[in-house]
Amino acid sequence: MNGQSFGSAMTAKEDPALVRGAAQYVADVSLPHMAHMALLGSPHAHAIVKDVDTSAAEAMPGVLKVLTGAELADQMMPLPCIWIPGGVESHFPPHPYGVPGARPVLATDRVRHVGDPVAAVVAETRRQAHAALAAVKVDYQPLPVVTTAKEALAEGAPRLHDAVPDNLNAYWTCGDREATDAAIASADVVVELDLVNQRTINSPMEPRAAVGAYDQTTGEYTLWTTSQSPHNHRFLLAGLVLGIPFTKLRVISPTIGGSFGTKGYLYPDMPLVLYLARELGRPVKWVDTRAGLMTSTVQGRDQVQHVTLAGTRDGRITALRATSYANLGGYPSTIGPGVATALMGRSITGMYAIPAAFCEVYAAFTNTVPLGAQRGSGRAEAMFALERIVDTYARRIGRDPADVRRQNLVPADAFPYDNGLGWTYDSGDYRAALDLALDKAGYPSVDAEKAAARARGKRLGVGIGAYVAICGVGPSTRMSQEGMLGGTWESANVRMHPTGDVTVTIGSASTGQSHETTFAQIVVDELGVDAGAVEVLHSDTLKAPYGQGTYGSRSFSVGGPAVHQAVLKIKDKIVTMAAHMFGVAKSDVVFDAGKVYPRGDGDNVKSVQDMAMALWYGWNLPPGLEPALDETVHFDPPDFNYPFGAHVAFVEIDEETGELDVVRYVAVNDSGTIGNPLVVDGQIEGSILHGLGQVLMEAAVYDDQGHLTSSNLLTYALPKATDAPFFELFRTVTPTPHNSLGAKGAGEIATVPVAAAVANAVCDAVADLGVRHVDMPITAEKLWRILNREEAGA
Amino acid sequence: MEISHTVNGEPHTTEVDGGALLVDHLRDDLGLTGAKVGCDTGQCGACVVRMNGRSVKSCLVLVAQTDGAEIETIEAGTELSPLQEAMVAEHATQCGFCTPGMVMALADLLEHEDDDPSEQQIRAWLTGNLCRCTGYHSVVRSVQRTAGSGKGAAT
Repeated sequence: MNGQSFGSAMTAKEDPALVRGAAQYVADVSLPHMAHMALLGSPHAHAIVKDVDTSAAEAMPGVLKVLTGAELADQMMPLPCIWIPGGVESHFPPHPYGVPGARPVLATDRVRHVGDPVAAVVAETRRQAHAALAAVKVDYQPLPVVTTAKEALAEGAPRLHDAVPDNLNAYWTCGDREATDAAIASADVVVELDLVNQRTINSPMEPRAAVGAYDQTTGEYTLWTTSQSPHNHRFLLAGLVLGIPFTKLRVISPTIGGSFGTKGYLYPDMPLVLYLARELGRPVKWVDTRAGLMTSTVQGRDQVQHVTLAGTRDGRITALRATSYANLGGYPSTIGPGVATALMGRSITGMYAIPAAFCEVYAAFTNTVPLGAQRGSGRAEAMFALERIVDTYARRIGRDPADVRRQNLVPADAFPYDNGLGWTYDSGDYRAALDLALDKAGYPSVDAEKAAARARGKRLGVGIGAYVAICGVGPSTRMSQEGMLGGTWESANVRMHPTGDVTVTIGSASTGQSHETTFAQIVVDELGVDAGAVEVLHSDTLKAPYGQGTYGSRSFSVGGPAVHQAVLKIKDKIVTMAAHMFGVAKSDVVFDAGKVYPRGDGDNVKSVQDMAMALWYGWNLPPGLEPALDETVHFDPPDFNYPFGAHVAFVEIDEETGELDVVRYVAVNDSGTIGNPLVVDGQIEGSILHGLGQVLMEAAVYDDQGHLTSSNLLTYALPKATDAPFFELFRTVTPTPHNSLGAKGAGEIATVPVAAAVANAVCDAVADLGVRHVDMPITAEKLWRILNREEAGA
Repeated sequence: MEISHTVNGEPHTTEVDGGALLVDHLRDDLGLTGAKVGCDTGQCGACVVRMNGRSVKSCLVLVAQTDGAEIETIEAGTELSPLQEAMVAEHATQCGFCTPGMVMALADLLEHEDDDPSEQQIRAWLTGNLCRCTGYHSVVRSVQRTAGSGKGAAT
């Protein structure tokens, strides 16, 4: 597919409203007679709730209702977990109603993390609701606390859920354990690393919010919510939490202020505002605070890994083995267990053809905020482990890390390539991407730059991060085999109105990815209409058909082909009608630039607008042809897609202070066919800075009592504009065979290799000090201690 | 207490609670929701508006402090400013939540500090505005495009 619009850097249709501040977010929704909800979170990480006394709070000014878990016990079901790793030793029965550890909407007898909601207060104003929280008296009996996965799995650890022995949510494996162990046992060279992929907080700039309304006449509920999966949330809330008719719940996600994974989850506030709206007969609004977000919203990463790589002395990798301890937090979030297992484990060999590989994951409950996806989730944890151990191996055998990578790449003629862990890579030229990155970085000649930096009191280090990142979730049957309870297809409806204007409705939901622009671009060239004539509707279950939402970099590569195929059906119908009108065979109708005419008869031209009108009137249709142009497609991809790339980071470390500057960052990414490079490059730039945040500054830190000490933006560091230079972006384009656009995932992929590239650069800069590894976040303090020999590093 | 100020040129006399924050007053009382609340501690800058021409974080200003002041919010203009046009051209907004605050802060930079700032100046000025989507580069390029000098321009 090609044309004037598709593939061009068209400016985003959304942006004029966004730069004016005119877009409406959930927190901006205001309804007549609206009341305001505040949630009381537990101050304890683990405690028995002995009693909740609401009487004083109920007497506070403006308070309308104080709700506790006791009232809800027979009103709604716990929040379901729908991604339960398949085929594993776990404690899950095959239905989310019965997931052990499933989170009640409000705690009843026990709280399992700081911030675990215990009561909801509704008042006339938000300030009154918050003021009354302090008057809710909860009698807690504190219990012993465990905050790390390894400790939670140790004998004698505090048990969080009576139904979950040993706090083990799932023990999950992939690959060939015996062959891998045998290859390691017989290898010439074996290197090992212990890695901590620290817990992070996704931190979209918009905290979550929800507004619930209930129409007592019709029995219809409406939920405005910050959701990246409004259709799926409608299904889960109506059917599995509230037990109300699917047709009586409308979910609207207006403009969403970023998500990066966090807003794809069910949260207690969603059913609460609906229930309270019904009970009070008034709309109920809840808006989280930043401090609230820190414990109300899923957190990311948090895996402690032991990685072993075996190889020959001349650089051939023969085996890779990883054991990971994943910290799921206090409850299984909507898809948390799958993120921590399959997305990580099956990705662990990355770009390399490794004959024997095995990965095992212990996913454990702890007294921390539940775990979920964070931009690049699972894949980032896998690539950090892989790319760090490959560098470690290269150093051990005295080879250039770039050369060792080249030696082990999956070759370009090997696709489709079965990685032995469950993924079948669709297409790629990994050597081309890696060589392009190294070439643009001037990689072979950095020795002179290092010497020059040293003369300035700086240690220059260069690091590579190469990656493959599974995207395009996904083929529904394949996801069911992974334990996903739900379809993962995508839908689109395209209607051409009698005026020639076009409405596209899509099931995916933008959280800042400019869906209204790129999806329109798919239509513009095919139909030959102006971009201004195409509107894209999404994120409202009343307007859009079914859909699954935006996650796993799937919108353009799963939803895009659905739009494409729907518009091709529209075109086919136009051609059928034109053939009838012109009295020629369909094969003799030319459809070009918004016009149809009989081949060889350029004077007998009808515009697509003429055809839309003709089909709208429906006069004199050929036999069997229905009136109107209205086509819906549900697209379930035959397999995932696998974007890839290679990044090169240059860091300078000040020898006196340990301060680190990322001085250059070269990134090559391949997302297959690109719909809009302006949009995609924006996603890539944001993704890279997100990765820099994790490797250099971000950490969710819990003390031994489970209190989150990084609990606001003073104590949780987010990257600022001064934290990186302009990134040098390049791409290769290798279309996927799995959809009609050739598109692969793009939104999150560039986060995946960043931490490894920077950590490899740091280790390169301090290699002469005997440092093999530096744990993230790599702060100036850690580097200063290394430079001053206070710490030898790992 | 009673205070008088102008908001986007309109005079207002308001009875205010001594503890009321300017951002809440703008959003909840006046319906000017362009200023966003992204944090509770003055870090994120999503709530930046202009007070007597200079950018302020409206979550750190009491309404009571605005007596006699001219307040300008993102809703003030009818046409896109050159900066806003440049932000569209550079796709300097993704989710858009931080954008109004950035527009107000950068207008202050260009009008009162330097109409042709270097890349370093722009980045330093932006440290009061957090963005999780863009990586800031497209925002920096927008300011460079507006200033038009190419001083410290992207290569």
